[in-house]
Amino acid sequence: MEISFDLTVAWALLLAFSVYVYVVLDGFDLGIGILYPFFPEKRDRDLLMNTVAPVWDGNETWLVLGGGGLFAAFPLAYAIIMPAVYPPIIAMLLALIFRGVAFEFRWRAGRRFSERFWDAAFIGGSVMAALTQGIILGTLLQGIEVEGRAYAGGWFDWLTPFSLLCGAAVVAGYALLGACWLNMKIEGDVQHRVRHAARIAAFITVLFIIAVSVATPFLEMEYFQRWFAWPGILEVAIVPLLVAGLIVLLARSLFVEGRDWMPMVLTLLLFLLCFAGLGVSMWPYVIPTELTLWDAASPRKSQLFMFVGAIFLVPIILAYTAYAYWVFRGKLDPDQGYH
Amino acid sequence: MDSFLGFDAVTLARIQFGFTVAFHFIFPAFSIGLASFLAVLNARYLITKNEAYLRLFKYWIKIFAISFAMGVVSGIVMSYQFGTNWSVFSDKAGPVVGPLMAYEVLTAFFLEAGFLGIMLFGREKVGNGLHMFACLMVAVGTAISATWILSVNSWMQTPVGFSIGENGQFLPEDWWAIVFNPSFPYRLAHTLTAAYLSTAFIVGGVGAWHLLRGEKKNVGVTTMFSMAMWMAAIVAPLQIFLGDLHGLNTLEHQPAKVMAMEGHYDSHPDGAPLILFGIPDSENRTIRYALEVPKLSSFILKHDFNAPLAGLDTIPDDEEPPVAIVFWSFRVMVAIGMAMALVGLWSLLSRVRGRLFDDKWLHRVALVMGPSGLVAVIAGWITTEVGRQPYVVYNTLRTADAVSPLGAQAVGASLIAFIVIYFAIFGAGIVYLLKLMHVPPQPGQRGVRSEPGPIRTAGHTASAPVATGTATAK
Ligand code: HDD
Ligand code: HEM
Ligand code: HEM
Repeated sequence: MEISFDLTVAWALLLAFSVYVYVVLDGFDLGIGILYPFFPEKRDRDLLMNTVAPVWDGNETWLVLGGGGLFAAFPLAYAIIMPAVYPPIIAMLLALIFRGVAFEFRWRAGRRFSERFWDAAFIGGSVMAALTQGIILGTLLQGIEVEGRAYAGGWFDWLTPFSLLCGAAVVAGYALLGACWLNMKIEGDVQHRVRHAARIAAFITVLFIIAVSVATPFLEMEYFQRWFAWPGILEVAIVPLLVAGLIVLLARSLFVEGRDWMPMVLTLLLFLLCFAGLGVSMWPYVIPTELTLWDAASPRKSQLFMFVGAIFLVPIILAYTAYAYWVFRGKLDPDQGYH
Repeated sequence: MDSFLGFDAVTLARIQFGFTVAFHFIFPAFSIGLASFLAVLNARYLITKNEAYLRLFKYWIKIFAISFAMGVVSGIVMSYQFGTNWSVFSDKAGPVVGPLMAYEVLTAFFLEAGFLGIMLFGREKVGNGLHMFACLMVAVGTAISATWILSVNSWMQTPVGFSIGENGQFLPEDWWAIVFNPSFPYRLAHTLTAAYLSTAFIVGGVGAWHLLRGEKKNVGVTTMFSMAMWMAAIVAPLQIFLGDLHGLNTLEHQPAKVMAMEGHYDSHPDGAPLILFGIPDSENRTIRYALEVPKLSSFILKHDFNAPLAGLDTIPDDEEPPVAIVFWSFRVMVAIGMAMALVGLWSLLSRVRGRLFDDKWLHRVALVMGPSGLVAVIAGWITTEVGRQPYVVYNTLRTADAVSPLGAQAVGASLIAFIVIYFAIFGAGIVYLLKLMHVPPQPGQRGVRSEPGPIRTAGHTASAPVATGTATAK
C-alpha cells in the first residue's frame, strides 16, 4: 500500500492528538468522579470537585473536537461508527449530562438529600462515561460490519467480553489519572489517601493494560502479524518494553514522597504509549480491516479548508488553555482554597 | 416495516432530533444574551465603580453558570447525533457542513470554555482587566458559535456552492458561497436578536417580580428592570423588521414554506389575503373559520395589494411541508413578537411619565412575558425546520433518505431515555434557576460559590479582598 505523508495523514494525526488530549484531560476529571465513592466526607468531596471546576468544560471540548473533526475529515467513518455503537454512545452522552450538571447543581442543592443525589449523579455519570468510552474503543478494535457505505450489523454487536474488558480498563485508567491529578492539587491528610488510591488504581490499570494487550492480537490476523511477525517485532517491541520501564518508575514515584507532579507525568507517558500501541494495531485503518483513512477521507478541498485554520487555531487554543490552567495552578488546601 | 409504538424509525429519529435540539437551543439562546449582558454589567461597573452593577453581575453570573453548563452538555449530544441518527446525511453532507462545525469548535467552543473558568472564579487571580477580557471572550465566543451553526443550518435550507460527487457526496466548490449562503445573513441577524430579546425579557421578568414584591428601593432591581425595558423598546421593533426581511428571503428561496406559513392552499391571482387565525384542514385543503384581511398578504410579501401569489396547489403533494404545524408555530412567534413590541412601547410611556417602577400592570405583564422569548425562539425554529420538509438539504436530500440504518426499537429506546432524563435533569436545573431568581440581588451580593455557610469550605476566607465578598475562587 502506498503511504505518503499527505493531508489525510495530517488530519489523522491531528485527530489522534485531540483524542489523546481529551483522554488525559477529561480522563482525570472523570477519574475524580470515579474516586468519589472513596471520599464520603462532604468536605473532601467539595475539595475534590473544586480542583477541576474551572477547567472541566474546556476538557470536554476536546471530545467535541474529536467527534466534529472525525465528521469533517472522515465523514464516512463517522457515519459508520456512530450507528454501530449507538447504545454506548447514547449512554455516554447521557452520562456526561449527569456529571456535567452535577458540577453546578451540587452547590445549589441546599438539602442534604439532593446533594447526595447529585453526588451519585457525578459518580454514576463519570463511571458510565469512562466505561462506554472504553467499550466504543473495544468495538472499533474488534471490528465493525460494513456494507457499501453503511453499518450493516445489529444494535448489540458491540457487546462482547473484549469490549467490556476495554471498558473496565478505561475506568481504571481514568481513576489513576484522577488520583495523580489530585496528588498534585491537594495537601495534607487527603493527599495521603489520594496517593494510596493512586497506588491501587495503578496496580489495577497495569493488569488491564496487560489483559487488553494480550487479547488484541488475537482479534484479527492483521493485528497479530503487526505485533509478532519477524522482523517488525524488533521495532514494535519497543512499546511494551517502554511500558514496563514506565511502570517501574511510576510505582517508585507513588511510594516516594515529594515531587508530586511525577506520577502525573509518568501516567501521561503511559497513556501515550498505550496510544502508540493502538496506532501500531490500527494503522492505516479508521475502521480496522474495512476502511482505511483514505477510503473515509473527505475531499481535499474540505480537509484543506479546515487545515489552514487548524494550524493557526490549535496552538492558540493550547496557549490559552495552558493559561487557564496556570491561573488556577498550585495546591488547593482544604482550609484555604485558591490563593 | 419495523416500528416502535406505531412510529417508524425515521419519524422517531426526527422527534428525537427536534426534541433534543429544542432543549439545547433554549440554553444557548439564554447564554448568548446573558454573556453579553454580563460583559456590559462588568464594563459599566469598572467604568462607573457603581456597586449596583457589580451586584447585578454577581447575581446573574450564578444563573449564567447553570444555564451554560446545561447548554454545553445538551450541545455535546447534538454534535454526536448527526452520526448516530443521520448517518447518510453525515456521509453525504459531511464534506460541506463538517468543516463549518469543526470551525465552530476551534473558534468558539474552546474560546468560551477556556475563559469561562476565569470569568466565573478568576477575578481575584487575574485582576479586573484580564477578568473583563475573559468576560468579553466568553460573550464573543457565544456569538461566534451561533454564527457557524447558523451558517450550517442556513446552508441546509438554501444550499449553494457545491457539486455532487460520484459517491453521492456533496463536494464543496466555493467556501465563500457556502458560508455566506443566501439565507444566512437573515437567519443570523434574526436569531442573534432573538437571543438578546429572550434574555432581556427574562431579566425584565425577574426585575418585575421583585418590583411587585416591593423591592423598589433596591437599585439592583430597578437597574435590571430599566435595562431590560430599554432592550424591549428598541430591539423588539427591530426584530419585527428583521423577521419581515427574513420572510421575504424565504419567499424567494423556499416559497412552499411561506405558503404553509401563510396557510395559502390555493393560488390567488389578484391579491392574496392575510389569514390572521383559522384552523388548517389538510384533508379539504382549506383554512376553516379563517379570519382574514383581504390582499394584505400580497402587500406584505410583494408590496403590492394586487400582486398574484402562488399557493400550495402549485407544489407537488410529496414536496409539501406539513401545513398545520408551520401555520401555528409561525403565528405563535409573530404574536409574541408583536406583544414584545407593545411592552416596549408601554415601558417608554411609563418611563416618560416617571412611573416605570410604579406601574404595577406593566410589571405584571412583564412578569408573564418573562419566558415568552424562549417560546418564540422554539416556535420560530419549528417554522423553519418543519417548513423545509420533506428535505434535510433543501431540494436535494430528503429527510427520509438521510437517516441511519437503525431499527425503530433502538431509536425508540433512546428517545424515551432522552425524554425522561432531559425532563428530570433540565427540569431540576430550571428549578435551581428559578430559586436563584426568586431572591433579589442584595448589597454585598456574592458571586459563584462564595456563599457563606458550611458548604463553601474553600475561598470565602479572609482572603476575599472586597468586603462585599467578591467571586473568589470558590
Ligand atoms: C425572540 C424570538 C423571536 C421573535 C420575537 C420573532 N422571531 Fe422569527 N424566528 C426566530 C425567533 C423570533 C428564530 C428562532 O430566531 C428563527 C428560527 C430560525 C431562524 O432563522 O430564526 C425565526 C424564524 C422566522 C422565520 C422563518 C424563516 C425561515 O426559516 O425561512 C420568519 C419568516 C420569521 N421568523 C419572521 C418573524 C416575524 C415577522 C416576527 C415578528 C413579528 C418574528 N419572526 C418574531
Ligand atoms: C445546524 C443546525 C441544525 C441542523 C443541521 C438541523 C437539522 C435537522 C434535522 C436533520 C432534522 C430532522 C429531520 C427533520 O424533520 O427536519 C431537524 C428537525 C428539527 N429541527 Fe433542526 N437542525 C438544526 C438546528 C435546529 C435548531 C437550533 C432548532 C431549534 C431549537 C431546530 C429545531 C428542529 C425541530 C423542531 C425539528 C423537528 C422538525 C420536524 O418534526 O420535522 N433545529 N433539524
Ligand atoms: C444541531 C445543531 C447544534 C449542535 C450540533 C450544537 C452543538 C453544541 C455543542 C457540542 C456545544 C457544547 C460546546 C462546549 O463543549 O463548550 C454547544 C454549546 C453551545 N451552542 Fe450549540 N449546537 C447546535 C445548535 C446551536 C444553535 C442553533 C446555536 C445558536 C444560535 C447554538 C449556540 C451554542 C452556544 C452559544 C453554546 C455554548 C453553551 C451555551 O451558551 O449554553 N447551538 N452546542
